[in-house]
Amino acid sequence: MMTFPYKIHMLELTSSNFDSSVLASSSAVLVDFWAPWCGPCKMMGPIVEQLAGEMPDVVFGKVNVDDHGELAQRYNILSIPTFLVFKGGHVADQFSGVMPAEALKARIEKYL
Amino acid sequence: MSMEKVIIIGSGPAGHTAAIYAARAELTPLLFEGRIPGGQLMLTTEVENFPGFPGGAQGPEMMELFRKQSQRFGTRIVADDVVAVDFSVRPFLVKTADAEYHAESLIVSTGATAMWLDVPGEKKYGGRGVSACATCDGFFFKGKKIIVVGGGDSAMEEATFLTRFAESVTVIVRREELRASKIMQERARANSKILFVWNSEVKEIVGDGTRVTGVKLFDNKTNVMSELATDGVFVAIGHKPNTELFAGKLELDTKGYVVTQPHSTRTSVEGVFAAGDVADHYYRQAITAAGTGCMAAIDAERWLASRE
Repeated sequence: MMTFPYKIHMLELTSSNFDSSVLASSSAVLVDFWAPWCGPCKMMGPIVEQLAGEMPDVVFGKVNVDDHGELAQRYNILSIPTFLVFKGGHVADQFSGVMPAEALKARIEKYL
Repeated sequence: MSMEKVIIIGSGPAGHTAAIYAARAELTPLLFEGRIPGGQLMLTTEVENFPGFPGGAQGPEMMELFRKQSQRFGTRIVADDVVAVDFSVRPFLVKTADAEYHAESLIVSTGATAMWLDVPGEKKYGGRGVSACATCDGFFFKGKKIIVVGGGDSAMEEATFLTRFAESVTVIVRREELRASKIMQERARANSKILFVWNSEVKEIVGDGTRVTGVKLFDNKTNVMSELATDGVFVAIGHKPNTELFAGKLELDTKGYVVTQPHSTRTSVEGVFAAGDVADHYYRQAITAAGTGCMAAIDAERWLASRE
């Protein structure tokens, strides 16, 4: 538990690949805004990774806000962890904080 | 029916220390860590006052070490939440959403959770300027004007920490003095970026639909409402014990904390022990939680031995 960085199924998002990987995606995309110094982000890390393994129809990506502050700013991120669900290039949902795997899964499933 | 000698509920410093001691006493404890494990240390960054870590340690990393140490001696860890307990039967009954467990003795170490203001706008702007975690979210308020609500140690600590990022930090205090310890007060008062507003309560958090823009304040001396512009609201008004599971089953004090007998971790139910912040609104430290966790394991071990 609580290991970093994410091992599987997770896209490392940057300013240069964000639009092509997230906005242009035909699937729903979950983006996890996080930072290495954020305890709750570390709690959610393995949960997001687990769901990435369980939900093949969804694209999972993460943004390190330390390295990519411009993406955090673009999406008005004021708290981490914050999760954005993208569908068809638009933000379909936004929520923050720790939650159990089932709750996060249920929230994403609404957009499948 | 599988029968445990001791079940521990909670996975902070109290729960894991109880597990280390119980495991070494060959009680093969079963510990429920919950679906969100690790307790309040998971929400901190640097822990600088835990003996044995002269260079400090990251809270989440420290909890990983606690967990490893309790597993090393044979603690079995269940990554699920306990949803109900029954202390009216022997052995005690502990339920998760899909399983039942039985135990001769039980250690309650479910900890405490930071409280929210419970005012309009707080939920709506959660993660959009409202925060209960300065160490997580301070970063996003570089050069901004923010407020901290509360007058205790954690409010002073957050306010002081947030001055690293913010242009100014205004502390909203309900009374005309601080509850915080002298050293924390002095540190905050000496910081030129920190301002205080006394005798005031936040009644509403307002925003533009996407982020916080201000708060409505009520001055409880003059009974006047006013509005204060702010980019962020950090809430540090104290904690509440996680004792919903035990209401009506264990004696709780008026604030909901588990009542233990003096110099002991015994609760009102024989065979049930309590450790850490769930039974302590006064010290609330990782080290005191660990200390009472150790006491609970020893109390449980001796209680079990006395019945043989």
